[in-house]
Amino acid sequence: MDDKLETIGETGLQFFGKMTASISHEIKNVLAIINENAGLLEDFTRMADGGVAIEPERLKALAQAVMKQISRADTIVKNMNRFAHSTDESLKTVDLNDTLELVVVLSNRFASMRSVTLEPKLQQSPVKIKTSLFFLMNLIWLCLDFAIDAAGDGKIVELATQKTDTETQICFRRLGGLAQAPLDTFPTEREQSLLGLLKAEVIVSPENNEIVLKLAGDIEGINKYNSFPFT
Amino acid sequence: MKTRVLLVDDEEQFVQALSERLALRDYDITTSLSGDDALKKIKRYNYDVVILDVAMPGIDGIYALREIKKMKPLTEVIMLTGQGTVETAIEGMKLGAFDFLMKPCNTEDLDTKIKKAQARKAEHEERIRAAKVSDIISSPRSVLKDD
Repeated sequence: MDDKLETIGETGLQFFGKMTASISHEIKNVLAIINENAGLLEDFTRMADGGVAIEPERLKALAQAVMKQISRADTIVKNMNRFAHSTDESLKTVDLNDTLELVVVLSNRFASMRSVTLEPKLQQSPVKIKTSLFFLMNLIWLCLDFAIDAAGDGKIVELATQKTDTETQICFRRLGGLAQAPLDTFPTEREQSLLGLLKAEVIVSPENNEIVLKLAGDIEGINKYNSFPFT
Repeated sequence: MKTRVLLVDDEEQFVQALSERLALRDYDITTSLSGDDALKKIKRYNYDVVILDVAMPGIDGIYALREIKKMKPLTEVIMLTGQGTVETAIEGMKLGAFDFLMKPCNTEDLDTKIKKAQARKAEHEERIRAAKVSDIISSPRSVLKDD
């Protein structure tokens, strides 16, 4: 295995691990809320056994709180399932809007921990590209991770998909802290390997407070790593 | 006097339900939805035990723990972690946390840990009081000294 393949494989595995660990943390939070609400019901039952009247409205509110968390967990698991299936095919035609939306959903917790809000601005019409979905998501995440640190005082990162006749791109905007960011640390070898795999280019533009990720519309047959590591 | 507990977690629904359960167990509960708010409250008021989530937006649990121990060294802290591993909780214990619990937690376990934490705080306070009394008895002029 050459160095580039090894870097891509290692980076991909780290990405998968990071995202699934975050998802498991979110699921645990949901379980913790359900657990406390169930415990509260148990407490009320004990009190009722001791002759304390429990208002039906209180029980209704508890049931609604549990249902809300079940719905939240369902969304988390659906997104986890979409993420897991991103490895199904080495090459696939995808809508970049859907892909970016999923990366944003998976990354929201990381942004929130750094007090940053992610604001996707998706193009109205589908932005179709043929690519390696999992590695594209990995590359978007690495750019986003850097962008979150470069958000500056505004604490907002805007993510936009754009497609013209000649170009397909994702813009990470409102990066007020980009001028102060350690630009010699981005893109690193990890990002460079993925950029090569996806025939993409990243342009860091402190004067415009933005990072632009330019993507090829179809990467089939343009490099030898297309089928990695799914064959 | 009721044990004064500050519950700190960014999950509002979790805080609501757990605080209600602890109030039913006769604790005097205050809640915070962020590390920043918790530190402001701890600076202003005295709590016996702080139940502190490890992973929160902004000021995280480990940073908050360090600050709590600087401000109020006798206040006992129980770390709550939603992570699957205990590394952060162990780091918290090394920094002076009394104990930790993994989410979702058993409320009876939490109840027991709060009682033990409160007992340790009371014991520390009693030792400090006894040392001061002993100091005054051996050297009555010491009461004139600044603390």
